[in-house]
Amino acid sequence: MSNYRIQGATGDWEVVIGLEVHAQVTSKSKLFSSASTEFGAEPNAQVSLIDAAMPGMLPVLNAECVRQAVRTGMAIEAQINTYSRFDRKNYFYADLPQGYQISQLYHPIVGEGKLLIARDEKAGIPEDKYIGIERIHIEQDAGKLMHDQHPTMSYVDLNRCGVALMEIVSKPDMTSPAEAGAYVRKLRSILRYVGSCDGNMEEGSMRADVNVSVRKVGAAELGTRTETKNVNSVRFVMAVIEQEARRQVDLIEEGGTVVQETRLYDPDKNETRSMRSKEDAHDYRYFPDPDLLPLRLEDAFLVECRASLPELPDAKRLRYTGELGMTEYNAAQLTAEVETFARFETLLAETARQAGKTEAEVATQVANWTLSVAPGVIKSLGDEARLEHNTAAANAAILQMVSANTVSGGQAKEIYEIVLKTGRDPAEIAETEGLKQQSDTGAIEAEIDKVLAANPDKVAEYRGGKDKLFGFFVGQTMKAMQGKANPGVVNELLKAKLG
Amino acid sequence: MSVDKQTVAKIASLARIQMGDAELERMVPELNNILNWVEQLGEVDCSGVEPMTAVIPNTLRLRDDVVNADPLTGGDRRDDILANAPAREHGFFGVPKVIE
Amino acid sequence: MTDITDLGVAAIRTGVAQGDFSAREVAEGFNANVAAASALNAFIVTTPEKALEAADKVDADRAAGKTLGSMAGVPIGMKDLFATDGVQTTAASHILEGFVPQYESTVSSNLWAAGAGMLGKLNLDQFAMGSSNETSYFGNVISPWKRSGGSNAQMSPGGSSGGSSTAVSARLAPAATGTDTGGSIRQPAAFTGITGIKPTYGRCSRWGVVAFASSLDQAGPMAHDVRDCAIMLGAMAGFDPKDSTSLDLPVPDWEGELNSDLKGKRVGIPREYRMDGTDPEILKSWDDGIAWLKDAGAEVVDVRLPNTKYALPAYYIIAPAEASSNLARYDGVRYGLRDLPEGSGLQDMYAATRAEGFGDEVKRRVLIGTYVLSAGYYDAYYTQAQKIRALVAKDFEDAFQKCDVILAPTTPTASFGLGEKSDDPLAMYLNDVFAVPASLAGLPAMSVPCGVNGEGLPLGLQIIGRAFDEQGVLNAGLAIEERANFTAKPDRWWV
Ligand SMILES: [Mg+2]
Ligand SMILES: [Zn+2]
Repeated sequence: MSNYRIQGATGDWEVVIGLEVHAQVTSKSKLFSSASTEFGAEPNAQVSLIDAAMPGMLPVLNAECVRQAVRTGMAIEAQINTYSRFDRKNYFYADLPQGYQISQLYHPIVGEGKLLIARDEKAGIPEDKYIGIERIHIEQDAGKLMHDQHPTMSYVDLNRCGVALMEIVSKPDMTSPAEAGAYVRKLRSILRYVGSCDGNMEEGSMRADVNVSVRKVGAAELGTRTETKNVNSVRFVMAVIEQEARRQVDLIEEGGTVVQETRLYDPDKNETRSMRSKEDAHDYRYFPDPDLLPLRLEDAFLVECRASLPELPDAKRLRYTGELGMTEYNAAQLTAEVETFARFETLLAETARQAGKTEAEVATQVANWTLSVAPGVIKSLGDEARLEHNTAAANAAILQMVSANTVSGGQAKEIYEIVLKTGRDPAEIAETEGLKQQSDTGAIEAEIDKVLAANPDKVAEYRGGKDKLFGFFVGQTMKAMQGKANPGVVNELLKAKLG
Repeated sequence: MSVDKQTVAKIASLARIQMGDAELERMVPELNNILNWVEQLGEVDCSGVEPMTAVIPNTLRLRDDVVNADPLTGGDRRDDILANAPAREHGFFGVPKVIE
Repeated sequence: MTDITDLGVAAIRTGVAQGDFSAREVAEGFNANVAAASALNAFIVTTPEKALEAADKVDADRAAGKTLGSMAGVPIGMKDLFATDGVQTTAASHILEGFVPQYESTVSSNLWAAGAGMLGKLNLDQFAMGSSNETSYFGNVISPWKRSGGSNAQMSPGGSSGGSSTAVSARLAPAATGTDTGGSIRQPAAFTGITGIKPTYGRCSRWGVVAFASSLDQAGPMAHDVRDCAIMLGAMAGFDPKDSTSLDLPVPDWEGELNSDLKGKRVGIPREYRMDGTDPEILKSWDDGIAWLKDAGAEVVDVRLPNTKYALPAYYIIAPAEASSNLARYDGVRYGLRDLPEGSGLQDMYAATRAEGFGDEVKRRVLIGTYVLSAGYYDAYYTQAQKIRALVAKDFEDAFQKCDVILAPTTPTASFGLGEKSDDPLAMYLNDVFAVPASLAGLPAMSVPCGVNGEGLPLGLQIIGRAFDEQGVLNAGLAIEERANFTAKPDRWWV
């Protein structure tokens, strides 16, 4: 239980949150027609006779959409229903040509599952927590209405109409905006790992209906909930919860009652408001779609779905902290996004290969490089960084020179900058630009002898117990070596000579 | 169960069929006749009977995920889609302005 | 030589193939009959040029020595429920007036591919909702039949395929497509002395057919005799990947396998079809049918279909429920009628358009369907009806343990006068009481003419078969046809 509270005049309130996330299924063609799902086409270009609900048109189910929903269900350890059906949800709207949405009410394809959100004390999540998932069903997306292109008309574009969505319905298990935010981020991460949704919230590939109710702290009964539709970013999901919880508490404390209704979020005003266009929302007249037969999943299909699943975020994180001996923080950072772990794992393998070491031996070095050093350099270069030069081979070569003590950490950064700007070979840069550190003990010893000879008084002081003078000798030696000496070797030799 | 005028008005509104008073009035007995007649189904003991889901035993076939597999089921035919539209502009269907 | 327009599908096809006459002569003959029969109002639009175009293609193919299709040279009428590319398709409703599809239904495509040509789009009950062809926006279809004794009353050709039954019976077309949701092929066939078969649900693709009730709708042929039906059904049927309920089965050679010898076959007689109020002449025709089938070598057995009386009320929940949803797409946005009263918003536009575009019977069924699906009533009505549907199907399954086909009357009465029943919806619905059970169970069923009643009006007998056994149905139909000797024809009063 989070400690998120809304302070009211009559006491403290807690909030109960459930999310219905609509995720666009990754597929080339639509759920029931072969029109393309590609984003950004000319209006009504990607519309089939079926999507436009021409008389006599019939739906035929896309196997890939079924497969992706099943794989997603498996990724959240959910019950996969080998028998499911499609139902019609009837309502009239200009973005819904059939006059009904084909969805799954009575027999969804995926049943109960769960998803782990990780402890994040800074965000107010004191411990790891499982959020229950009620179901995942497959349904059609609607078209789009444009309201501001004509004084008296709205324009209808049906390109999105019929694109497959998974509706992922959570249990009302979240109790703070932070938990809801973590849930959406984690869900997005899993979908992207599985490859069942690109998670692109800006393009509308993922959006959430946010169900919010409030109750007095410790009360057993749930309050009346409102549903805020189509919230399209994690930040907005969290904002909706804050706003809606506050509004409901104020309303109840002023003697009003919360109405179960559909609301809309206005990000400009940061407020929710009632959506009157959904007046019939309580009577959708669901019934099994007579154009479609029951969907039965065969064992072979399920086996293929399971075999095709990648290592998922939680398993990967455990492997990073366990096998690879990484810190929890690094493991969490590296596994959050598909791009991050993909880049990391490629570099890890390449570095281990070049160094002739195991992945576990180089994991910490590669993790630090990936998470802090490399992004820092890229950021500082800004537009000068040409990311096509940022190859795993180049990065591994630099890391290899660092671990062989050929270059220092500082030199590594300088080499990396040049790589990013020019694409030159790291070893060649180290050589040509003199970005190599001196590990030749003979040369260093010679310089140390000169430094000690030039400073007999300081040597005496040091030997008399003034330990902090050690730094002075290191500095002098490095200066004499023009910064190219390996600091480890310098330290070792100095310690030996000073006794 | 029988319906009154108010119920018929509600159904007509759900079905988006505009009906004047006289028409509603006329519909009430007509619908009640039919509803009273179908109510005889209540006599039948259907315990243990599964509602029919497929007339002829058959399960759902799935199609491969191929774009524009057939011009009859694919996109890229905007002119055909818009050919019969009562109002079309700039490639869109036009409807009276919707305020959300 | 007989008038070419007296010929049926098989005779025309053979005549064209043998060069007895050209396909163009056939098309011209029927085009002329169509043009002369506007009094019957069987067509919503006529397409004589399409009939000629198809005929010329067949004549050219024949001249070039190409193999001709199974319907080569046969011009047909197309029920205006099938979408036809570039030709207005209305479902006989104002709401689709002017709608020109940019696509062709699978069934009509199949027919054109088999060499058939189109004489025009046939009138029907609006959205196929009706049993008398009095609900069309484009006016009633008039049966070519009259009561004997000089009655001038206009008779119903049955519905919803009334344009089809009239066109075939009046020889405006040698054959026509029909669709059957709860008897709409069989009942009009019986009313007009022609033959029609509704195949097993899923035999004919529903793709491109304006939907009435998806789980019931099936297309089928209407023609002069059993052989013509077998030929045309063969051309219409077939697996269609665009229809999820289409049967993925090969199309049998129904024509080739026709055989009226019923030795070893058992014919079931369901006692529940002897309902109170059934016309004694209908019962007499049924007894004739039993005798004929015995004569053909069949054994006659009693069977029980105990839930028969509940089939019709169950149908009047299921069909309107599906229709209320199927007809939601007619909203004035993408095609068809739009009624936009001054200053109205989107939802007002829907309500005005649908009020203006739908006829009374359509509105009635949409309202019933909306009501039975609405919150709180779904289980009591819809779920209960689907359970009863399962029981009706089970009745047939049990009966078919004891018999191979079932024989029953097609309708409880012969045709009636237009206007005689149109103000009592329930009385009208009862017309389909014998036809609906097979529809609910998705079974193949046909009507074959068996004689005329005392008023000189045709009567039909119905044969119902097991799922996929169209052959058994056709064969029993052929046995009746060979013995019934039905030769009555309507007088050509309309010319
Ligand atoms: Mg929702
Ligand atoms: Zn949804």
